[in-house]
Order: sequence, then structure tokens, then C-alpha cells
Amino acid sequence: MINIDAHNHVRGKSIYLDDIQELQGTLYALPFDATVAHAKIKSLNLEAALHRKGIVTILTAKDIPGENQIGGILPDEPLFADGEVHFRGQVIALIIGTSEHHCRQAAKLIEVVYEELPVITDAREAQKQDKLIIPPRSFKLGNTSEAWSQCDHIFEGRTDVNGQEHLYIETQGAYARPKEDGSIIISSSTQGPTAVQRMVARVLGIPMHKVEIDTVRLGGGFGGKEDQATPWAVMVALASQLLHKPVKMAMHRMDDMRMTGKRHPYSADFKIGLTKDFKIVAYEVTHYQNAGAAADLSPAVMERTLFHSTNAYFIPNVIAKAYSCKTNLPPNTAFRGFGGPQGKFVIEAAIVKAAESLGVSPAVIQKANLVVDGDELSYGQILQQVEARNAWESCMEKYDYESQKKRVVAFNASNSRYKKGLAIQPICFGISFTNTMMNHARALVHIYHDGSVVVSTGAVEMGQGVNTKMLQIVTETFGIPNHRVRIESTNTLRVANTSPTAASAGADLNGKALQMACVALSDRLKAVAQKEYSDATIDLKEEKVFANGVPTDISWNDLVMKAFTQRVALSENSHYSTPTIHYDKTKEKGHPFAYHVYGTAIHEVTVDCLRGTYDFDSVNIVHDFGKSMNIDIDNGQIEGGLVQGIGWMTLEEIIYNNQGRLVSNALSTYKVPDIYSVPKEINIIHLDTQGHELAIKKSKAVGEPPLMYGIGAYFAIRDAVKAFNPNVEFAVNAPYTPEKVLMDLYKKS
Amino acid sequence: MIQFFLNNRLITTDKPASTTLLDFIRYDENLRGTKIGCREGDCGACTVLIGSLKEGKMEYMSVTSCLTPLPNAHRKHVVTVEGLNLPDKLNQAQQAMVDCSGTQCGFCTPGFINSMSGYALSTTSASIEEAISAIDGNICRCTGYKSIERAAAKLTEKLASKDQEQPLEWLVANGFVPEYFKHVAERLSEIKLEYHTNGQIPIGGGTDLYVQKHDELHDMDLHYLFDKSHLNGISFSEGQCTIKSAVTVSDLITNEVLLDAIPNWYNYLKLVSSTPIRNIGTIAGNIANGSPIGDFTIILLAMNARVTLTNKEDVSRSLPLKDFYLGYKVLNKTADEIITAITFDVPTAHTLFNFEKVCKRQYLDIASVNAAITVSTDGNTIKEAHASMGGVGPIPKYLEKTSTFLVNKTIEAQTILRAEALLQTELSPISDARGTEAYKRLLARQLFFAHFIALFPNHIKMEDLI
Repeated sequence: MINIDAHNHVRGKSIYLDDIQELQGTLYALPFDATVAHAKIKSLNLEAALHRKGIVTILTAKDIPGENQIGGILPDEPLFADGEVHFRGQVIALIIGTSEHHCRQAAKLIEVVYEELPVITDAREAQKQDKLIIPPRSFKLGNTSEAWSQCDHIFEGRTDVNGQEHLYIETQGAYARPKEDGSIIISSSTQGPTAVQRMVARVLGIPMHKVEIDTVRLGGGFGGKEDQATPWAVMVALASQLLHKPVKMAMHRMDDMRMTGKRHPYSADFKIGLTKDFKIVAYEVTHYQNAGAAADLSPAVMERTLFHSTNAYFIPNVIAKAYSCKTNLPPNTAFRGFGGPQGKFVIEAAIVKAAESLGVSPAVIQKANLVVDGDELSYGQILQQVEARNAWESCMEKYDYESQKKRVVAFNASNSRYKKGLAIQPICFGISFTNTMMNHARALVHIYHDGSVVVSTGAVEMGQGVNTKMLQIVTETFGIPNHRVRIESTNTLRVANTSPTAASAGADLNGKALQMACVALSDRLKAVAQKEYSDATIDLKEEKVFANGVPTDISWNDLVMKAFTQRVALSENSHYSTPTIHYDKTKEKGHPFAYHVYGTAIHEVTVDCLRGTYDFDSVNIVHDFGKSMNIDIDNGQIEGGLVQGIGWMTLEEIIYNNQGRLVSNALSTYKVPDIYSVPKEINIIHLDTQGHELAIKKSKAVGEPPLMYGIGAYFAIRDAVKAFNPNVEFAVNAPYTPEKVLMDLYKKS
Repeated sequence: MIQFFLNNRLITTDKPASTTLLDFIRYDENLRGTKIGCREGDCGACTVLIGSLKEGKMEYMSVTSCLTPLPNAHRKHVVTVEGLNLPDKLNQAQQAMVDCSGTQCGFCTPGFINSMSGYALSTTSASIEEAISAIDGNICRCTGYKSIERAAAKLTEKLASKDQEQPLEWLVANGFVPEYFKHVAERLSEIKLEYHTNGQIPIGGGTDLYVQKHDELHDMDLHYLFDKSHLNGISFSEGQCTIKSAVTVSDLITNEVLLDAIPNWYNYLKLVSSTPIRNIGTIAGNIANGSPIGDFTIILLAMNARVTLTNKEDVSRSLPLKDFYLGYKVLNKTADEIITAITFDVPTAHTLFNFEKVCKRQYLDIASVNAAITVSTDGNTIKEAHASMGGVGPIPKYLEKTSTFLVNKTIEAQTILRAEALLQTELSPISDARGTEAYKRLLARQLFFAHFIALFPNHIKMEDLI
């Protein structure tokens, strides 16, 4: 089934934040940010700016009626810098004017005097100086110090992996309008309406019931609007509350890139030990997460790095340790994979290093160590319904990897200028918020007495197709066509206390809640029909009541009207919380994930060894969807996630200088994949599996896992570079830009 | 007054000339289907079509409305996604995108629909390559493009039977564009109003000024030159090509004479920006910008081109392009002069040309290093050479010493290796977002070698040089 939004999207009729019709008198807000990365603010002079044409007011920390605090996990992030700034791009003031242009002109007139302080941009440097967001955490399994003696081979190394700009094509934005009695409505382009609501209430010093957040859809999120849509919504809410006027902000791209955090860069040290038959016996890894200047979601991201430090491999002795390091960069945040990709990158690098040293293909080591049913991961979860080997073997067989490998070897033997590289990337990704208390959702369903249905859940549509999946649940349960059902905006008045749409769990959590609501309503409607067909089995399908499989003359409309006249409740609000999951942080053990998603990808790349450029010939994937409830949407998630992962590993390069200034600050200097840079072929085969009871309709979560196939792109390029320049040691430092490729091709030992 | 058709409606406006077409469409006309992604022509979310009346027929091209000054729409037909909608069904581009799941979050989608519809309107021999090329300026962050490629292929199939005699009638009859397109030419020809400006700062397509100085445009005294007929045209005479200043990259990429004379002309020019930017970016703008990495400047330097400058009194002078650059963004040009023409010798059978460009992303990116060369040969001997390189110093660099050295040398590895050593003495790259100094020097070597490997495949192999 095609995404239900597609028709409006292609006709330009879908409404995003900046498309909401502005009320008369709407004012525009422009954040004014720090131009140094760490300093005391000695003085702030707004006078000239305040007197400029079109300026209504300029707000600073002193104008905040409640708390100047928007930190979600830790209260360490002021809305407006107060006395000190900790990163370039930190907002100091909010300029309100009658147009964005006026605000921009006024911004040039604001004078700030800074007393500059030392700037740290590197995670390891921050760790040395003991600048940490939270104390370090360690996951342990077995006993590594004893295990090293059982190893025939031990390798150590370091990896570095850069961050990633979300580059949602719709920038951040929000629009606040006053309501009566001091309450307020804010349209926000956010993945987490409740988080926005909570922070607006905190900063304004009003109860949450006075704050309504409404989200129709996002023009892309990818994690970048999970926590970091909040400040902008709070700012326009503050201005609107103080001025009693509608206030809007739709950020300029360069402001967005400069002021918001990104995927976390990580540095890591690893030590891996193997037996002579390539079994990994022990693995130690220390991750240095570059968190930026405030916690944001970094502690949770760091946690997922630890959860995924051994990817799809069973290793009996593990120590995985992580530091969340505080630097003078914008607070880094959620991004598809949420620290998992960074964790997996290191184990893959460790395996490649071992393989290169031992003169075998990395695939030999990967395959020898894939997880199976009953394996215990470092955090204590015993894996069940494991599809790692199934995915691997299907991938090798269905795409005839052996022939592909022979072809590549032959190509490299007969070509001096072009070299091909191969890499296989298995994945194993845990589904659930790792913070157990967040794994719940609600759905509200009204059946109106004309037979039309309206649905609200906590899920936010951002292109991933969650609304389409919600619609499928409703239409399948009630046996009615699509046009009968409307999926409404995500709104905190209709569905409260929601978790953000994140962690790939949006469809599972909200879908399960919605399914419960629909089943409850369906049961009540069937009971109405049962009165007329007392002994029959009642079904609802094809807009009719079926009795014992035979259509009756009671239509859906008749049934709804009968229920209505019999005073049967036609609304339902259901609550779902994921069973079976638990986690004890004091022991770092538990069962945090409802289930895991598996799959394997084979990358083939061709490197032009003269120019240092590369093209991906193909990526062949076998993926464990369970029983996919929507193949069109799920395949789209695989292709899109893969390409985003390849972008992260290849051409997307975030550059901060040593003073914390973002150098790659626009689309002209930060390059995401275009239509010519994606693999020539992407093939997807659905692994035939049973799915999982905790996945909605046994259709496994699909948002984040495919991004991690992209990691293989890095190692495929490395494989090709090695074919050209075989006897030199290369650093592991992603992304593998054409620059790094050329430098490695001609590196001398 | 500026007058144009916006979809099916005549617009007459006295908005400030510096207003972008994007802002006008969205906030004055409240057509919110056109999206804002970057305001620098790099994402394509704001892509619209501009139709011009040429010899009684409409010609449509895609443009990024964020970089299009309102006067550049004067006497044109501007088409937004709303103007492509059919009353009761999806148009063919829309249907293909829906059928192939080519839209996820949808924010980039109207831009894609415009680019695809522009392809449908302009193609004379539909092919998947041309379809992909038409959307090369559109960035999508959700889909990974494969579904969009499938939609482009589907659209191409439907265009196979396009009637080239009566294209608009056929496109309307087959649901590619709405009915009103048939009457646009006639209605457009009725606009007689001229738009006059006489500002101090000349502006062509706007593809650089509107990126660099967006905030200051309101207060600038601009002189709009785009599409002025006396500044337009490509002509050939006695082996020389003269391009006037409002000629765009798209004009050149489709020029038959140049396509014939320079074997890879199309492929080289494909490396310059993206389709909607090539449609409006002028050659004179690329030269006057003075960027040390301007692609077309590097190409023309290696063609040993001359520029003609004309002042307000209509007095002209001409000088070699290599003498035009005095320092970083400092030009041998007075404030009242504008570039009116660029001339160069069209390569002949014994003159070979090559252009190389490497960036992070192969297309729609700014080079780390770009390089061009023209080599005239007599048998195995170089008779004349002109080499240029960008990204290796404060100005687009004509490699004087290297070019001189190559003259009268035999085409062999030794020559190239010695020339490369000399080349390095002419470079002064700095480390920046496009690469470190060490990388740019290595890349300069590689691209210099690449010229000879590409031009003399029988004489020079990579193994001989590295």
C-alpha cells in the first residue's frame, strides 16, 4: 500500500510548519547566537538593535518567567545563555520583529563583549580534563583479563568516526499563538510533542494543561527533531506569551546547521583476541563520545553505543566502556541509530584489522562469530529467534557472493587504475527505547455516527509512513476502506504523556495501542450485531457485518448508527506498554529490547585510483522484516536508511575548526548523497521469518536498522584501497572522503 | 513594473526587484507548495519552471526560485507545483512518483515534480539519462533516490511517443500538464511592458550574489542583465567562438558546434553545478565572480580565452582572461565596466582539450581542485599548451610556466613528470573545507597526469607516471 500522504505530497498540498496560514499580526523570531565557543559574556548591548525599524522586542534570559532550562535528561542547558556561552551557535537572545528581514538587520546591531575561555573540541581531550556529562559506564561479560591468555591472536587499534548533519530538508521551526486564559497553542516541527510541552511549561512557569502542541508532519526528522526541535518552540512560545501575539520561526538553513547538534563523533580504542580458528574470545572497547556542551540525549545515545558494541557477534568476554565527553560544540543529539552505528563501527574495524593482519577475508571472522539462539550479550539479554546466520547465509547464496568475489579478484588482477572492493555488513539492532519507562503509547479513536473514523496517536509522521501503517490497522480491524479513516495530527490534548517518535518504535508502540482501541470498538460493535444474529460468528469486513462468513444486510453505517442509538460508546482510548522488557542500570544487566532486527548487506565499490573517487556498483541486502505489513514503505526505509548510512561513511564531512566554528556550515560545504552518488544497484530480499509477537502485526521495526548497512561502505572502499596499496597501515577514520582515499592510495609506509 | 504569468494568472507587481521569486511565490501569492530548503540553490526544494517565448513557441527550464531575482521572471511563464496540478487526477510525473513510492516526507517532492515536468516539456528524445539529469539538482534525504529513479524511468516510458510536432497539445492530451499550457504562448505575447533597470551592480542569473549577499540585497542598487537580448548569443567566425555575457552554461552544454569540436563537452559541463543552476548561471557571472575555483573560468583559461569589457560610455577593451585576475577576487575591471563577450579558438583536429574536477561529491559540488588543458600537437610533439587549475591559490590559475615548458616537448612520461614538478612551483593551495594543502597538491598532480592519460591513451599510461 502506497503512503497515504503521497497524493498530497506530489501536488504540493501537504502542510508543513512554514505552510500554516499566518494569523494577522504574526511576528517573526530570530535567534541571536554566540560567535565564540567558550566565554563569559561581559556585556550585551541591545539598544541599537531595539531601535531599528520593525523590531518589537529582544528577549534574553532575564525575560523568562519560569526556569531558564530545557535540558531533558539533565538540567544543564539554558534556553538563553546567561553569563556564559559554551558553544558557537548558543542562543543568547531572541529578536522579535515584523519580518525576518528586519530581525536579521537588527541582529547586526547587537554588541556582545566576550571574555574568551579555553575551547575544547576533541572528546579525548575533554576526557583527559575530566569534563564528562555523566560518569563513565561499563558493560561486562565473562572475564577479559583471563581470556587474553586463551587467544592465539590479539590486535589493538584506534578508530575515529565523525558526526553527521541530519539535513532534514525542512529546517527547524515553530509557530505559537495565544489562546485565552494564558494558555497557548504551538505548532512545532517536532518528533516529541510532549517534550516540547513539558519544556514550554517549565520555561513559561505554567502547568502543562495550558500548553497545546500540535504536529501535522515533519519534512524529515532522523532524530534531529527528537530533542532539538524543543528550543525553537519554547522561544516562540515565550515571545507569544509575553507579547500576546502570534510568533513564528522557520529557521534559515545556515542558522539551523550552526545552532543545532548532530550525530555524535566518537573516538575509540579496541583490543580484540581470537583463536586460530577465528573465534573471537575477548573484546575490550573504550568509546569517547563527543557530546558537545550539554547533555541533550547524549547519555542515552552512549548507552545504545554500549548495547551495540558487539553488533551481531557473540563474544564471551567483553568489556565495553564509554565516556560522554563535554566539549564546546553544539550539544550532539539523536540521529537514526542513536549511537548504535558508532558502536558497531568499532567492532567491524577490529575484525577488519584482525583479518588484514591474518591475511584472511573479514567475512571469515564475521561468519565464525555470528550470534545464535541462546547467546548472551554483554548486557545480559539472552537472544531468541535469532536470524543472523539465516540472513548471512541467504545473502551469500541468493546473491552468489562466491562468484562476485571471484569476479572482483579477477578485475583487480587485470586493472591497475581501477580497483574494486567488497565488504559484508551484518546487523543486529535492538528494538525498544533503552530507557524502559519510555516504552508505552496511547491511541484515541472516535467513530462518528456517520461511520467516519478519526484517529489520534502519539506517533509523528516524518516520511517514515507511520500514519499509513496506523491507517492499515484501523481499516483491517473494522473492515472499512481507507477513505473512511482520517489520521489526525499528533496533539498533546488528544494524546498525552507521549514518548517521542524515535527508536524505530513508533509503529510498534502506537500501533499496538491503536490495535487495542480498534479491537475494543470492534468488539462493542460486534456485540450490537450479535443481538440480531445471536448464534453466529460476527465479522466486520467489506463495510458490512458478516455472520458465519456470510454478508448480512447490515452495512458499516447501519451498524454504527445502531450502536449510536443504543448508546454504545463509539470512542476508545487505549494504552499499551511493552511487556517483557526490563533493565537494571546498577548491574548493567537486563532484557532491554523487545526483539532484535537482523540482516546482511554486501557492498561492491570501484575506486578510481588516479583521482581517488569512487562509485558503488551494488549493495545486495537480505533483511529480516518479519511479516512486513507494508512492503512499499519498508523497502523505502531500507533504501533510504542505507543511503544515509553510506553518506555518513563516505562524503558527509562535518568540519569544526579548533575554535569550535562550523566550517561545513551550508549545503555548499556539507554534501549529502545526490542521485548520482548512490549505488548503481540496491537489491533487497525479504528474509522469510516468523516476525515477532511484540512487533506490530509481526512486522518488525525498520526505521533505524538499515542505516547500519552503510558501515560496509567504509570497509568496501578500504578493501579497494588495500588492493592498490597493499603494504601500508591505514588509520580507521570515517568518513572515507575522496581526500582520505587519495591520501591512503599514495601513502607510503 | 514586473509582469509575468504565474501558473494560469497574470501577475503585475511593483515589489522591490531584489525580492526572490521564491519569497514572492510563497508569501505574496501564498502558493506554499514551493518549499524552502537552503536558499542557496543546493537542494532544489524550491525548483520551479520558467517558460520563455522563443520564436512563437514556449521553452521551459527548471530554476531554483531562491536564487531567481523577480525581474528575471519578467515576460515569462513561471510554473509552480500548483500550476502543474490537473483538476481531477494526478499528472504523469506525479502519478509515477506515487506509483514508485518516490516520496516519503514529501518536502523535496514538489521540486522533483517540477524538474520532472520540465523534462517532459523540454525533451525531444526521452531517455533515462536525460530524466536523471533533469533531477540532478534535487536533493532527497529520505528515499535514497532508487524509487525516484524508478519513477523517472516510468515517466520516460510514457514520453517515448511524445509528438515533437505538436508537443504541448500532446502533453496536455496525455495528462502531463494542464490544459491552460496551450494558451500561454499567446497570452505571453500580449505582455508588451518592458522592464528597465539601471543600477550600479550588474547581476545576471543571480546564482552567486543571491547566495553570498542575500541579506544585503534589499539595499543594493542592482542592474539586471539576465536574458537581455543584446547580451545573449553564441556565434562562430573564423574558428573563433564568441559568447556574450548572458549566455548560460545550459546554452553551451547544448551547443552543436562545441559538442562536435570537443568530444567530452557534455560530460565536462555536467560537472558544473546542476541543471537548474546551469539554466540560469551565466558565463560572465562565473568569470566576474573571481572565485579561484570557478569551473568555467578554469575551462576558459585553458582555452586561452579573451574577455571584452564595456563601460557605460559603450567603450570596449579586450584582454586575455589570464590577465583579468589580479588577486583574490580582485579584477582588472573598473566599476562601470561589464563583461560583454568572451572569445576563444574552437579546438581543431590537432587541438585536444580536457577538463578534470574532483570534489567530495562528483556532481553539484564545488571542486577541491579543478584543472583544464588544451594541447595542440604535431605528430608526437606538443606545439602549444595552455593549462589552468583552480583551488590551488588565490586566483583561478593559468599555469604559465607549465604551459610554456610543454611547448616543443615530446609526449612521453618524462615530459609530463618534469612538467608536474614545475607545476607544483606554481601552486599555493591552502587547507580549508575542500581539503588540506597536502591533498590539493597530490590531487593537482593526479589531475595533471589525468589530462595526459585521457588525451593520449596510446602514449601515456598511469603506470608510466606513478
